[in-house]
Amino acid sequence: MVDHAQQLADRVWQRYDRKQRLIRYAVLFATLMVVFWAVRDIDIFWPWVWDAPNQISGLGGRMWPPSAAGLNGIIAALIETVHIATLATFLTIFLALPVAYIAAQNTTPNRACLWLGRFILVSSRSVNTIIWALLFVAIFGPGVLAGILAIVFRSIGFIGKLMGEAIEEIDRNPVEAMEATGASKAKVVAYAIVPQVMPAFFAIVILRWDINIRESTVLGLVGAGGIGVILQGAIDTFAWPTVATILIAIIVLVLIGEAITSLLRSKVL
Amino acid sequence: MLEITNLVKRYGHDEAVLKGLDLRVEGNSVVSIVGASGAGKSTMLRCINRLVEPTSGSIKLNGNELVNLKGAELRRARRKIGMVFQGFNLLDRLTVMENVLAGRLGYVNLYQAISRRYPQADIERAFVLMERVGIAHYANKRADELSGGERQRVGVVRALMQEPEVLLADEPTASLDPRTSEQIMILLQSLASELSLPVLINIHNVAQAKTYTERIVGLRHGKMIFDGVPADFNKDALDAIYGGIDAPDDAITDTPAEERSHDSA
Repeated sequence: MVDHAQQLADRVWQRYDRKQRLIRYAVLFATLMVVFWAVRDIDIFWPWVWDAPNQISGLGGRMWPPSAAGLNGIIAALIETVHIATLATFLTIFLALPVAYIAAQNTTPNRACLWLGRFILVSSRSVNTIIWALLFVAIFGPGVLAGILAIVFRSIGFIGKLMGEAIEEIDRNPVEAMEATGASKAKVVAYAIVPQVMPAFFAIVILRWDINIRESTVLGLVGAGGIGVILQGAIDTFAWPTVATILIAIIVLVLIGEAITSLLRSKVL
Repeated sequence: MLEITNLVKRYGHDEAVLKGLDLRVEGNSVVSIVGASGAGKSTMLRCINRLVEPTSGSIKLNGNELVNLKGAELRRARRKIGMVFQGFNLLDRLTVMENVLAGRLGYVNLYQAISRRYPQADIERAFVLMERVGIAHYANKRADELSGGERQRVGVVRALMQEPEVLLADEPTASLDPRTSEQIMILLQSLASELSLPVLINIHNVAQAKTYTERIVGLRHGKMIFDGVPADFNKDALDAIYGGIDAPDDAITDTPAEERSHDSA
């Protein structure tokens, strides 16, 4: 009995062995080095950082109280912003669904289409909406059209990828049953695939509309229409009370969008 | 008449699943196909409507060769082959009526299919068949609201909507409780004689096969080793089809004997 207890006491347990511990210290050291390197390299002008509290209170003072002047113009711009988001989301549906169809493993006609679909999705998603907007402002000139196209081109990747995944996750059995009835490919899609991805489709489109409203608020900064144009103008002319009103208006808009989308989601799904 | 000659199916370079199968089914006979899992029952049925591509051999339905059909010709041939599935394979989010009318997809055009504007005759036929199997009052219910037995009735009616010349049933009762599965077997049996339709049923339940079908075909390792009336299906036939199936499986696992007996208890 005593021997046994002795044995127990002698047993050593360690979560990591020597080699694992060395690796963990090495990874920790490397991470700290990268952070140190980054902070040293980016060349922050520290006096400005220490001055920030002063600047914040100064800016706050200049912004307060928000100016109600030009409220009509702001509301009109907000509505334009929502229109950009809505039209862009609507247009995207028609462009993204065919891409989703050819980018899904189980519906793509052949390998070439699969890679084409994936290429479209990746290139759409890897370019930010603002970059797309810069491109389209250069092509079509400043205005709402450039903004809509910018959002469409970014949204294709989002809706296309998520719908493609929804198509890949369907139950294959109804597809088999529809094929067995002698239905053509299009009818199999309409009966066995479309009903299965419908809930995902609504969820994804509503979510993207919500995101697009937020994205379209900044499009104006590069001249692509919406509330951002007025915001940029107000900042450029140091009209800080107007800037404050616009920022509040954007927050209210996003909250309303949030409320509408959650209502839609609970109704549709 | 369905005539299968020397049917071979091989997946990739593996051993063939079906090794030269011959089968003739005439008139309105109800044939059950029994065999252990992996014997090739499901593959054989799916070769007939080409959900699975046969490697070689011939399958003729009323004189028409099915094996080499492609595209529109294949779809036209499939219209004449109804199929009932183990998992029902219904369109869960659609109504019972839509599921039933889906059996007509091979006949209507795409516009009719998408807008649900089926010919009046199809709708009439749907109601008659649904009344026959007792699900007409569910016409506008979503398919996933029904119980298992009701769902399989929808599956049967969908297959019959095709006006098939042969009905294939792939373990139609395996997902159902014993009582409901008996009802489905009785239904298949009586529909076969009412519509003078040959029916091929893959089935695990040998007792049901003997009770409700007039001919039993036994498969083992892709070969037919029994073909006869239920009265001839005796213990020897049962042993030949299922006997020793478990032994090779056990031999390849290294579970100790005492644990294995524990498992089976």
